[in-house]
Order: sequence, then structure tokens, then C-alpha cells
Amino acid sequence: MMVNPIQNGVVLDHITAGKAMEIYKVLRLDKLGCTVAVIVNAASKKMGRKDVLKIYDVIDLNFDVLGYLDPGITVSIIENGEVVRRISLDLPEQVEGVLRCKNPRCITSCEQELPHVFKLTDRSRKVYRCIYCETMAKNK
Amino acid sequence: MRSLIDIMDLTVEEIDGLVSTAKDIMENPAKYAEACKGKKLATLFFEPSTRTRLSFEAAMYELGGHVLGFSSADSSSASKGESVADTVRMVSCYADIIAMRHPKEGAPRVAMMKSGVPIINAGDGGHNHPTQTLADLLTIHQEKGRFENLTIGMCGDLKFGRTVHSLLCAMSRYPGVKFVLISPAELKVPDYLIQDVLIPAGVEYVETTDLEAVMPELDVLYMTRVQQERFFNEADYLRLRDSYILNPPKLVEAKKDLIILHPLPRVNEIAVAVDDDPRACYFKQALYAKYIRMALILKLLEIEV
Ligand SMILES: [Zn+2]
Repeated sequence: MMVNPIQNGVVLDHITAGKAMEIYKVLRLDKLGCTVAVIVNAASKKMGRKDVLKIYDVIDLNFDVLGYLDPGITVSIIENGEVVRRISLDLPEQVEGVLRCKNPRCITSCEQELPHVFKLTDRSRKVYRCIYCETMAKNK
Repeated sequence: MRSLIDIMDLTVEEIDGLVSTAKDIMENPAKYAEACKGKKLATLFFEPSTRTRLSFEAAMYELGGHVLGFSSADSSSASKGESVADTVRMVSCYADIIAMRHPKEGAPRVAMMKSGVPIINAGDGGHNHPTQTLADLLTIHQEKGRFENLTIGMCGDLKFGRTVHSLLCAMSRYPGVKFVLISPAELKVPDYLIQDVLIPAGVEYVETTDLEAVMPELDVLYMTRVQQERFFNEADYLRLRDSYILNPPKLVEAKKDLIILHPLPRVNEIAVAVDDDPRACYFKQALYAKYIRMALILKLLEIEV
């Protein structure tokens, strides 16, 4: 089978080599009805090797989650065979529902319905801390 | 609407403002006697802390306000499983300001996010206790007349002591401050405080295990307790404990205008014989705590006197 050009859909390019399957799982792309192409270890001028995900439908993506997982990703939205939007991701200031606070003394440990929210406190070292107890998230 | 969850929520200017209000209250208590007339402070203490609760309640009464609340989780709706958010939503219908203590870290921030009235963090587990730090700051300013150019010794358990961490963050914003961090190797200041606070602020600091050797340099000595449960074995604890107990012989070489602070309650880390030394400020600290809480209540209620 050939990987056809996308008419309407989303391309996640410049994924760090080896991360495509993790992103595939976190974005739950297996639950989509459309075709998804997973390209691993493609040659890249900029990165040497990279992964690419091609989603053959226009879907809503959580850019904060994506940016947290792999801030170097470039997202292209394609409509009628043309790129209509290209988005360079960055580390988000805050992520919700991606990381879980592991501190047993944190209020989130006893109040189950509280959202697990982490904020970026040091961009250069990619440090995220729980907004409630300030415990540092373990880096992926 | 403002709340106070973490001491670093306050700017240096705001801390200066609170300190000068507290000093004005001490000098002119009558002027403030009805400043909070008709206002209600709710003290929501999900874990008991008699000292802190009484200090808040005394502060509100001296401002002419009223106090309501509970002093342990058993006597609150939390024992029926109500969330912090729901408790606070309900209480903000009855009170103008809330002082909250909770065993879980971050609970006051949850409260702040849901409350219709200002929240004061009165201690959340081992995490933050900003009004204790404000009391420490007022004590330093009242006794030394400044925050700048002070050599501050912190002694004892510097690893787990939340009051040590908050005071270190707060004082590292003033020029000319130097820290002398005195602790057993097992209880040193956590690395993130050195990496994230002291080094970026360009603050001079030294780490040592020897209290007596550094005593002559100190302008402020902040004592904390070395607790036995922090050690792996009793032998280590017994060996180290006495080095971090302050007694009159250790003070022989200290400056005449040193001030000795302790967040209280004390167990044995300061010998009772030190209490009569004019340099001992830890009981005055409890008095200052009430005045700075009065200043804070006024600020958060936006009451000008
Ligand atoms: Zn947490």
C-alpha cells in the first residue's frame, strides 16, 4: 500500500525519532475511523532521523499535550490538498490531564475529582511543577 | 481580590507595606480597634494548630471583627467527605475572609480557586506557612531595623523545615544578605533551593556542620529542631543532636546584638537557660505574629485605616 498525499487532514512532522508511537497512543489515534500513517526513522536534513504521523482527516488536536510531549513538532493542517495552517509547537505554559502528581501528601491524592495541572517553571530545563503542591513532574 | 498562599506571592514592596502597617498597629492600637467592625474571619482548621488559630483569632478580635470556624476536621463537614472546594464555597457565603490550615499540600490553592473571599494559607502540610514567614520577617525588621546587609544563620533541620525554606526565599530578595546554613549532612538545604533561589539571586551562602565556629559572624540565628524520625538510626541522631542544641556556652562568642529566632513550639533545641538572654526573640516572635496577621487581614480586605 502506498502512503497517498492527504486531501484533508493533519501532518505531524519533525517528531523526534522513536516518539511517534507514544504520540499515537496519547492522542488515541487508534480510536479514529480514518487512515493514519506512521512513518518512523525517515531521513531529515534538520534532524538526521525523524518520525512523521499523517492523519487522513481534520481532527482537533490538543497542542499543549503535543508540545509537552515533543516541542519540536511542526503541525500542518491540510484542506483540499493544500496546507492551510502550519503551527510550530513549543513547551506549553501549563498542561492539564497529561501528568499526574505523585506526591502522596498532595491534595490531589485525596480529592480524586481535582484536575492534575502542571505549570512550566523552568523552560530551559523543562521543569513542570504541580500547581497545588509544587512537586516536580518526572521528565519523559 | 487577593489571597496569600505562598510568601513569594507578595512583592518586596508589599512586605514593606505589611511591616509598616504592623508597626503602626503596635504603636497606635486604638486607631485599629474598629477597623474590621462587622467583618467576619472564618478559621477553617482541617488539622489542629492551637497556636496559629489563636493568633488569627486574636488578630481579628483586636481589629474589632468577629471569628467563626472549626478547629479540627472531625468537627467540620470534611469528616462527612465534603471537598475543600465545596466547604470553601459554602463558608464564603458567611465570612469575609478565610484562614485555612490543611494537612494536604496545595489545599489552600484549591480553596483560592473556588472561593468568593480572600484565602490565607495558615499552613498546608509540610509545604507553605506564609504567615509564619511574615512573623519572622517582622521580628527581624523590628529587632534589627532592616532587611539588608544581614548575615542569617539557619540551624538544624534545613531539609524538611518549611519555615526555613520560605524565609530563605523571602530574605534572598534583599541586598547584602548572606546565609550561613548550619546542619548535619543528612539535613542540608534541598538542592533545588540552592539552584533555583540562591544562585540565580546571586546570594552569598556557606554550608557548615559547625554552629559554634560560625556563631561570631551571625546577625540572626534561626533555630529549628532536629527530629529523631529524620534519621536512619538512633546512634546518628544522638551523636548529632547536641551539636544543634543552643545553650549559653555556644553563645559566648556571638555578637551582642544577635537575635535568636525559632518558629515554636520548641522541644529541646534551645536550652531554657537561653530564654533570659536579651538576644532571645522567639517569644516576642509570637506577639509580632499577631500584629503582622492584623496587617495582612487589613490588606486582603482592602481596608485603609
Ligand atoms: Zn501535587
